[in-house]
Amino acid sequence: MFTRLDDGENTPVSFSFNATEVIAREGDNIATALLAAGIGTLRHAPVSQSPRGAFCMMGVCFECLVSIDGGAPVQACMTQVRSGICVTGIAMQEDVA
Amino acid sequence: MPVHASGSDLTADVVVVGGGLVGCAVAFGLVQRGARVVVLDGQDHAFRASRGNFGMVWVQGKGLDFPAYAHLTRQASDRWADFSALLKDETGIDAAFSRPGGFDFCFTGEELEKKRASLTRLSAQTGGAFRFEILDREGVRHLLPGVGDIAGAAWCRHDGGAHPLNLLHALQTALEARGAVLLSGKTVHRIEAQPAGYLVEAEGVRISAGRVLLAAGLANSGLAGMVGLDVPIRPVRGQILVTGRLPPFMPYVSGILRQMPEGTCLIGGTNEEAGYDEGVLTSSVAAISARALRVFPSLAAASIVRTWGALRIMTPDGLPVYTRSQTFPGVWLVTVHSGVTLAPVHADYLSRAILEDAMPPDLMPFSESRFVSSGSREAHHVHAAR
Repeated sequence: MFTRLDDGENTPVSFSFNATEVIAREGDNIATALLAAGIGTLRHAPVSQSPRGAFCMMGVCFECLVSIDGGAPVQACMTQVRSGICVTGIAMQEDVA
Repeated sequence: MPVHASGSDLTADVVVVGGGLVGCAVAFGLVQRGARVVVLDGQDHAFRASRGNFGMVWVQGKGLDFPAYAHLTRQASDRWADFSALLKDETGIDAAFSRPGGFDFCFTGEELEKKRASLTRLSAQTGGAFRFEILDREGVRHLLPGVGDIAGAAWCRHDGGAHPLNLLHALQTALEARGAVLLSGKTVHRIEAQPAGYLVEAEGVRISAGRVLLAAGLANSGLAGMVGLDVPIRPVRGQILVTGRLPPFMPYVSGILRQMPEGTCLIGGTNEEAGYDEGVLTSSVAAISARALRVFPSLAAASIVRTWGALRIMTPDGLPVYTRSQTFPGVWLVTVHSGVTLAPVHADYLSRAILEDAMPPDLMPFSESRFVSSGSREAHHVHAAR
């Protein structure tokens, strides 16, 4: 899907997304790191169930919401990767009913 | 029929000043009746109530002690489904109208009884056309199992909502498809009487037209003065919170929370005399959240992704003004704060009124002359806006 234009410069950073290891580069935001690793779907829309992922890449669309280490949702495009973080897709929030 | 253009001079049948929900709804009615229309919209920094509202098509409680407004509101609500279908057929854009019924939540027994009294009076004033139920907490729980700490609610089956951004998009798409000219970044600085109508001047454009409609929201203040009209309006701020997309849990509408078709919840809201300030205050966000959590405790798990403040256009009694200038015949002015609800009647009644140069009897009570005398209505009936 996406190819890095300048590779090899920055330090590799390892983290996991939905229990799969992802090798990113220092300075990547999480959305970029996942796209570069060929991962486009971050979650499924709660009403339509359609696969959703990063869209605007600038913090205004809120499509790229992920959870880091089980925490509250953050925007993947606005959050830098850190070594060892466990990133997961947003659960269906079944408890909101 | 296309608007006749020559360079930066245009000729049309009607110039509509204001490209929001009111202006575009009336313009849509005008083009349906075959008129050539130019719509002028403001600058990027203009206040835009059409993009900051809750999208309600709300009937409950409206027109207390003013039966003409109760009647007009109910007519609009009853016509909304057909209006929405027409726009969808023409443009493919769905204004997402639904009328599932609405709650006005009450937090104390006293509040609930006051609501019962005022709605009973409204029902009597409308000859029983307005129907409602007062539900205690158990009654609400039958419809909303997760409801929290409330005394009860007023329930009205005529209440519903639409998607205001889709509605505006549909109206503007339909207008352009039918040959209307929409120009933005055009602040009107002059309206000059001419032998056969008016010359409307804005940035880089002059339009000759037989008739003019002023539908520019808060900017109507300045425009009214150009045509000998004095219509008292002031801004009333509403702050709104927006959640991320959630699984469907609230199929009804209310002024506290609406769940939109894709799962997002709008949470309202405030009614503030904050002047022309559209800002959002942390204290308001906290208060809005706290109130919403009282009604929907499970919202504690939801994230707020966005907040905004927007300015309603409020008259002294909160009711519409439909009027026309005496000294500039053919110039009309409309101001409302329920531009979503009233869209179908704006498209129909106002377009006909403008082209026939005749104020319909149903709209005569809304003249701004009701504010001139120091009557009992002035300043005592500032309705809680929705």
